[in-house]
Amino acid sequence: MSIPHILLGLLTERPKHGYELKREHDERLPGAKPVAYGQVYSTLQRLERDGLVAVAETLSDGGPERTVYRLTDKGRERIRSWLSEVEPPAPYVTGALFTRLVLALIAGEDPQRYLDRQRAAHLARMRELTAVKTDPARTTARLLAADHALLHLDADLRWMELAARRLADLTKEIT
Amino acid sequence: MPPVLEARDIAKSFGPTPALRGLSLTIDAGEVVAITGPSGSGKSTLLHCLAGIIRPDAGEVRFGGTRLDRLDEEARTRLRRDNFGVVLQFGHLVPELTAAENIALPLMLAGAEREAAHTAAAEWLDRVGAGECARLRPGDLSGGQIQRVAVARALAGEPSVIFADEPTGALDTIAGEQVLAQLLGAVRSRRATLVLVTHDNQVAAYADREVIVRDGRLVDPVEPAGPAGTGGPPWGMDATLPEVTR
Ligand SMILES: Nc1ncnc2c1ncn2[C@@H]1O[C@H](COP(=O)(O)OP(=O)(O)O)[C@@H](O)[C@H]1O
Ligand SMILES: [Mg+2]
Repeated sequence: MSIPHILLGLLTERPKHGYELKREHDERLPGAKPVAYGQVYSTLQRLERDGLVAVAETLSDGGPERTVYRLTDKGRERIRSWLSEVEPPAPYVTGALFTRLVLALIAGEDPQRYLDRQRAAHLARMRELTAVKTDPARTTARLLAADHALLHLDADLRWMELAARRLADLTKEIT
Repeated sequence: MPPVLEARDIAKSFGPTPALRGLSLTIDAGEVVAITGPSGSGKSTLLHCLAGIIRPDAGEVRFGGTRLDRLDEEARTRLRRDNFGVVLQFGHLVPELTAAENIALPLMLAGAEREAAHTAAAEWLDRVGAGECARLRPGDLSGGQIQRVAVARALAGEPSVIFADEPTGALDTIAGEQVLAQLLGAVRSRRATLVLVTHDNQVAAYADREVIVRDGRLVDPVEPAGPAGTGGPPWGMDATLPEVTR
């Protein structure tokens, strides 16, 4: 997830301070890994250095000081251009699974057993995600986040089923 | 709690082809169990043995205290009607009856009044999203509609054990979710037991437990471990994109 782009996107609505951005990131992208406040803070400083955001005001209603940031014209142009692009298709964990499978073969471990264990781990995760999906209190955003993760894990599992069927050929090739 | 279903060392061949080669499985009341495995591995044969549709060549199948493998065809049919709801892989509706009649008939055979049976049929068709099929015969239904009707028929009798062989195979994701919600709802609200054969991993993830059939045998369960089960966020996307600034 590109935190800088998410922050720029959240600032298109109105100026916001760092804690607000962290909270909105976590609440409005409910499936995403919560972002650390420190990362929001350092990202805002970089965005400011690059002229994509600017300080709008500093609030201090009794408590600690809060810097409110606004989008600059350059920042608005940057987020608009990013939103017109598509997400580059990226590998997720399949690469790591393949590495483990090959290493199991090389190390003389039982590769089928590795695939069985990995399947069990994937399916356990998919059960948790299915529980998110079927929770009557879930929001549609959360449902879609779960759908997304489920489809990717399902793709991994299907890849593992194929890997199991091609295991003899792979073994010949690798060892 | 005693198991509701138990298969002990069952074997079944069709001619020279062994479909099950000594397989043991115990299922507790209230469990949702997914039976998965490659195509041709023996999943449907196992389900048919557990549901008393066929008898294994060897081994024992118990439902509660009853040895299903020792009952004759007629006794098994009666036991299935009283206790089991079965959704077979291709629906198996009676072609001469409408969808509503397919559901109402077994209810009437079990003693329901005609009107009550038809009211229940209409309700169950609505629940599985097949209300518009009530007056149609199987020949006029799509594969997905037949599956929904078959699920409604299996659930309408309020069975204590539901067997379903690929019940969502002909449905798209959202229709499948609706049918699964009904199957799961029956299990959770009445402590029924669900045995679900599927090759779809996302369907298997609805079950409490997965048993894998490979070449007519069960795969040994693995020790629970690994990165899953951590309760982390569902959107496991990592920061693989380059940052705007550096
Ligand atoms: N009625 C039958 N007659 C002949 N062979 C059968 C019959 N039913 C199943 N088989 C064979 O038994 C094996 C297991 O089949 P099945 O239980 O349907 O597998 P699955 O449901 O896992 O795809 C396969 O080789 C299949 O061809
Ligand atoms: Mg089958």
